[in-house]
Amino acid sequence: MSQCRTQRLIARLRPAGHPNGARANPPGPALRRNQGAWLLAAAAAAIGPHAGWLPIWVAALGLGLLAWRALLLWRGSRPPPGALLLTLALAVAAGVRAEFGHFFGREPGVALLVLLLGLKLLETRAARDIRAGVLLCLFLQLALFFEDQSLPVAALALAGSLLALGALVALTAPEGSEREHLRTAATLLAQGLPFMLVLFVLFPRIQGPLWGLPADAFSARTGLSDTMRPGSISALGQSDEIALRAAFTGPPPPPAQRYWRGPVLGRFDGREWHAEPATESAVPAYAPQGERIDYLLTIEPHRRRWLIALEHPAAAQPAVRYTSDLRALTAEPLRSRARFTLSAYPRTPVGMDESPVVLAAATALPTDSNPRSRQLASRLAAGARDDAEILERVLAELRALRLAYTLRPPLLGRHAADEFLFDSQRGFCEHFASAFAVLMRAAGVPTRIVTGYQGGEINPIDGHLVVRQSDAHAWAEVWLQGQGWLRVDPTALAAPERIDGGLAAALADAGELPLMLRADMAWLRGLRHRWEAVANLWNQHVLGYNPERQRELLARIGLGAGRTAQTLGVLAGAVALLFATLYAWSLRRPRLQDPLARTWERFCAKMADAGLARSPWQGPQAYAEELAARFPAQAGELHEICALYARLRYGPHAPEQDLRILQNRIASLRLK
Amino acid sequence: MERATVSFAASLRHAADRWLFRIGAPERVPIHLGQRRIYVLPSAAGLGFALALLVMLLASVNYNLSLGYALVFTLAGSAAASMLHAFRNLHGLSIRPGRCAPVFAGDTAAFTILIDNPAQRRRPALRLGAHGHWSGFELPAEQESAITLACPAPRRGRLALGRSVLETHWPLGLIRAWSVFIPDAECLVLPTPETDPPPLPADGDDDRFGGRRKRAGDDDFAGLRAHRSADSPRHVAWKVLARGGPMLTKEFAAGQGGELLLDWDRLPPELDDERRLSRLTAWVLAAEREGIRYTLALPGVRVPAALGGAHRERCLRLLALHGLADMATEDSA
Repeated sequence: MSQCRTQRLIARLRPAGHPNGARANPPGPALRRNQGAWLLAAAAAAIGPHAGWLPIWVAALGLGLLAWRALLLWRGSRPPPGALLLTLALAVAAGVRAEFGHFFGREPGVALLVLLLGLKLLETRAARDIRAGVLLCLFLQLALFFEDQSLPVAALALAGSLLALGALVALTAPEGSEREHLRTAATLLAQGLPFMLVLFVLFPRIQGPLWGLPADAFSARTGLSDTMRPGSISALGQSDEIALRAAFTGPPPPPAQRYWRGPVLGRFDGREWHAEPATESAVPAYAPQGERIDYLLTIEPHRRRWLIALEHPAAAQPAVRYTSDLRALTAEPLRSRARFTLSAYPRTPVGMDESPVVLAAATALPTDSNPRSRQLASRLAAGARDDAEILERVLAELRALRLAYTLRPPLLGRHAADEFLFDSQRGFCEHFASAFAVLMRAAGVPTRIVTGYQGGEINPIDGHLVVRQSDAHAWAEVWLQGQGWLRVDPTALAAPERIDGGLAAALADAGELPLMLRADMAWLRGLRHRWEAVANLWNQHVLGYNPERQRELLARIGLGAGRTAQTLGVLAGAVALLFATLYAWSLRRPRLQDPLARTWERFCAKMADAGLARSPWQGPQAYAEELAARFPAQAGELHEICALYARLRYGPHAPEQDLRILQNRIASLRLK
Repeated sequence: MERATVSFAASLRHAADRWLFRIGAPERVPIHLGQRRIYVLPSAAGLGFALALLVMLLASVNYNLSLGYALVFTLAGSAAASMLHAFRNLHGLSIRPGRCAPVFAGDTAAFTILIDNPAQRRRPALRLGAHGHWSGFELPAEQESAITLACPAPRRGRLALGRSVLETHWPLGLIRAWSVFIPDAECLVLPTPETDPPPLPADGDDDRFGGRRKRAGDDDFAGLRAHRSADSPRHVAWKVLARGGPMLTKEFAAGQGGELLLDWDRLPPELDDERRLSRLTAWVLAAEREGIRYTLALPGVRVPAALGGAHRERCLRLLALHGLADMATEDSA
């Protein structure tokens, strides 16, 4: 009987609303629906942008796992059993291994991360799982920057961080509304941004890499290569990715002078052209002279050492290396966008005293290919006084053949030069250059292929010259006694517009071109000019902010080299200042809206300073009595002030000046 | 060995409370959480987050990812700002103890703590803990809320709430802000009533009948009165209730005129102190239920015969505190 009573007593005592012993009982198996939704949104924002780069099955499986989790969450079902998840995890690991052949490296790493996040979300039960999921999301956001660091990606990362923070907020305060969570996350993010700015500028930058990079550290990019076969450059013609930008100190050179020299290909195997080894030195193999063009080159990373510069480069900052085949090289492969201050000397004579070994190699031709071209060459060479005359005759012959310039040349077989010259007669620049070089070599004149970019477009918004992959070009160099290496561009014979007006001007059929290059899309191009000018600013000032730029900036504010301690001091001071500002914000109390309430609060504070604080339960009357007893000399005044307040507060509508009277009386009150 | 470790840990915590948190004795109400009382440190999840950020920073350095730096710094800034949010979530609260109803030993004591949130903002994700038990809640803006904290009460006597912690992991769970205080709250824990006690003893005069008393009036129905929650379900006028009437209790004539003496010294000598208290408690409850006036005699104290809430309360209190150090002060009060 008494037990029954006791139980009833407990039933009455037990609190109704609050779960007890939150630490003792592990959280239930079910993730709350709103928490799950936040987490899924963060995961989708982290995985989604990778979909373009990942193997299609990885992206599909990653998003599919998210969809499965969303379905479970929506239905309120239990997560799948652990054994199934383990099997799935092993299967996806095997799949990634099969796809990439290894686990180490950036691409398999990102693929694994994506699938791991999907699986982790499926097994999410406890708070710890959610936090682990959020961290995986953040890692994926970082991994996105390997692929792309453009402005839209930065905005995407900001949105992703907001969702990740929101997921954490929803985890700690599950009771709140989603709007509150979003507001809290946004406030935190906004408060994090000033810290970011200070740290971004002042945090000591170290030039990476700290350790060896995996071979695929940065994504493969379209661009030049050190071999050339028919079709390899026309493939680039389709891409309007930016290869380099140049800001000229003076007026930019005319289009016909814009030859950006890349790999030089001296060995021909009958079908493909290959680069030959060249010696490197700290000074160029020529004496720069004549007209000089100064410019700032911003080159996109291509993971090779080629510094693709205007012919012929010298006096570079930072220092570069020069090769015997007249190229410039950087000290390290270009893994990130880099800037160089360069000068070009377009009229410098080069290769005046070229070594006989190089010249001999530049006439080598496999005997078993292109018999018709060789025949033509020997006919043209017969009876010529010197190499210059042979050059004239070959050019005249090519002009006479009326070859057509096209971005979509027909496929060629084994004797590519023969087929181009005599059968298809349609080709892109590499066909022209290659056929020309074959003819010249067959005639015994040293000739080699130079690849690079030709032309470029001035962005009217910022005045920078923008060179795209579609400006990729191949031309030839001929060595003549007493004149050295001379540039000969056989493409100009068939399509002189290509040299002056770029690819779009040279092609009859605009349908072959990427959308943006078409002449009839002027408004689109205007838009793109604007966007690219902004992207350029972003690249130069945000992405290009490296240890060197940091040194420059710090030197400008008086924190030059050797002042590391001071720099760290400024950094700590700035962070502390930000923190103090936030601290002040956290302590601030919202101002009372009602002026009467403010006045009364001021009075109470004044009395509290005098030694008698108002207790929360005391009304004005009771407080007045207590005050009067404590300060009998001012008893009357104190009573009147409190009575006036009571009348203003509780009485019928009082005139405006009464409040001012109250304020004045409080201000002039002096307690002894 | 283990015991020694435990007591060492306890003394360490005591020292920390004294020196770090500046608390010792129960504090005078109300306890105001100002800046000096709130402590902020990263939680385990916060340390994990910091480690993850460090890894991300190293990756950014290694691969020269400018946006990687920006992401890491933004998140670090947000985490730092969350420290102040956590602090702000506790700042300005006032705590005072509320009423705590007596419970029987072995039951759960429910402490009520009143927390005032004068600010115009909600205080989400708070937890109050004492004796290793936690209660999670949130405080609405500009009002005082009563928080109930359930603690097991294994032994009779006074159960002080003692060292209490109010903590929050809001907003990101990376930072724990907390405050330690000892509110002046205690719960009276009554002896467990004996489960199947012998019938009530007769009063002093009936002693010659061998301590057993015929409760002749047990079936002399005397009338109905309003039901009180302490009444036995056996005496509820179920027929009235079944007709849709109010819940009434049948009163019997037996209690009237009779008087009981619940005397410690007259209990069988084989009972130890706790079992005596247990039986006397059960008898006090039974006597109240049956409406018989009773006198409680404990060694050194005698409560004259009476009936009703105040009397019952006083007797149970004496039983709860019998033989404990602070009993004397209690009795004189």
